[in-house]
Amino acid sequence: MTRPSFATLVGMIITSLFILAAIFANVLAPYGLAEIVGDAWEPSSSEFLLGTDSIGRDLLSRMIYGGRTTILVAAAATAVSFLTGSILGFTAAVVGGWFDQILSRFVDLVMSIPPLILALVILSVMPTTIVVLIVVMGLLDSTRVFRLSRAVAVDITVMDYVEAARLRGEGTVWIVFREILPNALSLLIAELGLRFIFAVLFISTLSFLGLGVQPPAADWGGIVKENKDGLVYGISAALMPTIAIAVLAISVNLVADWALNRTSSLKGGRGA
Amino acid sequence: MQGGHMSHAESVFMHPVVLLISQRLTIGMLLLFAVSILIFVGTEMLPGDVAQAILGQAATPQAVANLRLEMGLNEPALSRYLSWLWGILHGDLGTSLTTQKDIATAISGRLYNTLFLAFWAAIIAVPLAIGLGLIAVRYCDRWPDKLISGVTLATISLPEFVIGYILTYLLTVKLQLFSPVSLMFDGMSLAQKLNTIALPVMVLVMVVLAHMMRMTRAAILNVMESAYIETAVLKGMSPLAVITKHAVPNAIAPVVNVVMLNLAYLVVGVVVVEVVFVYPGMGQYLVDHVSKRDVPVVQACGLVFAAVYIGVNIIADVISILANPKLRHPK
Repeated sequence: MTRPSFATLVGMIITSLFILAAIFANVLAPYGLAEIVGDAWEPSSSEFLLGTDSIGRDLLSRMIYGGRTTILVAAAATAVSFLTGSILGFTAAVVGGWFDQILSRFVDLVMSIPPLILALVILSVMPTTIVVLIVVMGLLDSTRVFRLSRAVAVDITVMDYVEAARLRGEGTVWIVFREILPNALSLLIAELGLRFIFAVLFISTLSFLGLGVQPPAADWGGIVKENKDGLVYGISAALMPTIAIAVLAISVNLVADWALNRTSSLKGGRGA
Repeated sequence: MQGGHMSHAESVFMHPVVLLISQRLTIGMLLLFAVSILIFVGTEMLPGDVAQAILGQAATPQAVANLRLEMGLNEPALSRYLSWLWGILHGDLGTSLTTQKDIATAISGRLYNTLFLAFWAAIIAVPLAIGLGLIAVRYCDRWPDKLISGVTLATISLPEFVIGYILTYLLTVKLQLFSPVSLMFDGMSLAQKLNTIALPVMVLVMVVLAHMMRMTRAAILNVMESAYIETAVLKGMSPLAVITKHAVPNAIAPVVNVVMLNLAYLVVGVVVVEVVFVYPGMGQYLVDHVSKRDVPVVQACGLVFAAVYIGVNIIADVISILANPKLRHPK
């Protein structure tokens, strides 16, 4: 295992800080999520460290709660994506035949449309609740995990130990979980960080478009939307969540790059 | 596969390039057909009821039933799909539920605006990305390469709207160079239009530049590792001549692929950028009608975006087939 570089360490520390802030949001936030505490867009002061937002709520508190929502939704979507994508991808590689053909062609079809466009089409008829958002984002993203897992598993299924397991009569489930999964795990973990960033950018974009997390709940994309009108008057409130998204994405990227370099033979696309 | 009018004897002697290109076109048409089914199923057969979704949870059962009747939702799904597809094939995209206007008319002007924006972004981004990619290869692992890699890593990590607002803040508020809103109308001259779209074009360029430049660098580096490049270096050619005379001709096919992939990605980037700058294009139109739950408009826009995306990908395939000398001169 290579020693993490300085950049990787910085990435790890900042990522951990974001996760801690998300967990302890209740303790850290000085005011409530939807609590109106002052005038609209008050400048930064000792009372309101980042100032107030478009309707006089404390921006720092909304940023902290917003970070919790963004990270939670993105993490849950990544989990959905990996569970569906990897299990189906491994099974397709092990079973082969028409099962593999149907799934692979369906994944090709879904991936022939940009995920944002397909998400918008689906969200036009589904209620925009957190659960729907997580499932839609997770399933759309699972196509990329499917391709990676299937490609990795196809290489593993020709190994002697898988052949041995087949000969002694093990079933598909046993082979997927006991032979394929442990051998593909390190490659999948390297991909995890990249998929998580993609989910953060995806939910932020949806909320920015007004189709993600609904008010009064906050997430970073939504806070940008709420405060964007102030920008032309030189009020920088909308920039705070954009900076948070950028810093989180870059830190996770630094950690993911290190994980990717450790697993040298990985060939996974990071997606759009 | 390539059309029934062709006899078997002819298809045997068909030039491999024509064969490959017609295969790609056929696959593209099939894909688009499958996408139309996917969009229809996605909007009309998911657990949610379209009429209920449009009217909201508070709607009376009678109102929902009336809307279902008006939208023809009581017809079987297959016949609804077929009449929808029949209409599209004849240029009829249906009427909007919220404005009662013809969708095809509403889309045509907006599609032009969107393509206008994407065109200028591509004109600037493509040469810039290839140029920067070449510089990064020339100074591989030295400071210009590392600087370019670092900056592109940062822009890849940002969603489009973040780049949009940071640029807006810097250029319109801090430096006051541009107007923050891109209002475009028909009477404007080209120069006025270009000035109006300068900011959104800059954002789009930044969005695709990073991916395009990194992939160009990787594609050229891949070529640089081959034996004929080593020969050229050993016989004493200057590094620049090696790149322009030997590396570039062989790197055209992979680079064209990279460029087209990223142009296809512009289609997605444009949706968000249009909302940021209140630009009257397809993306804004789509997003507006998703929140109004205007299903016919969303279906039509989704299909148009998918068609553009698939079309650009087919063009990429065709160009890389044409750029491959082995396929151009068979035997």
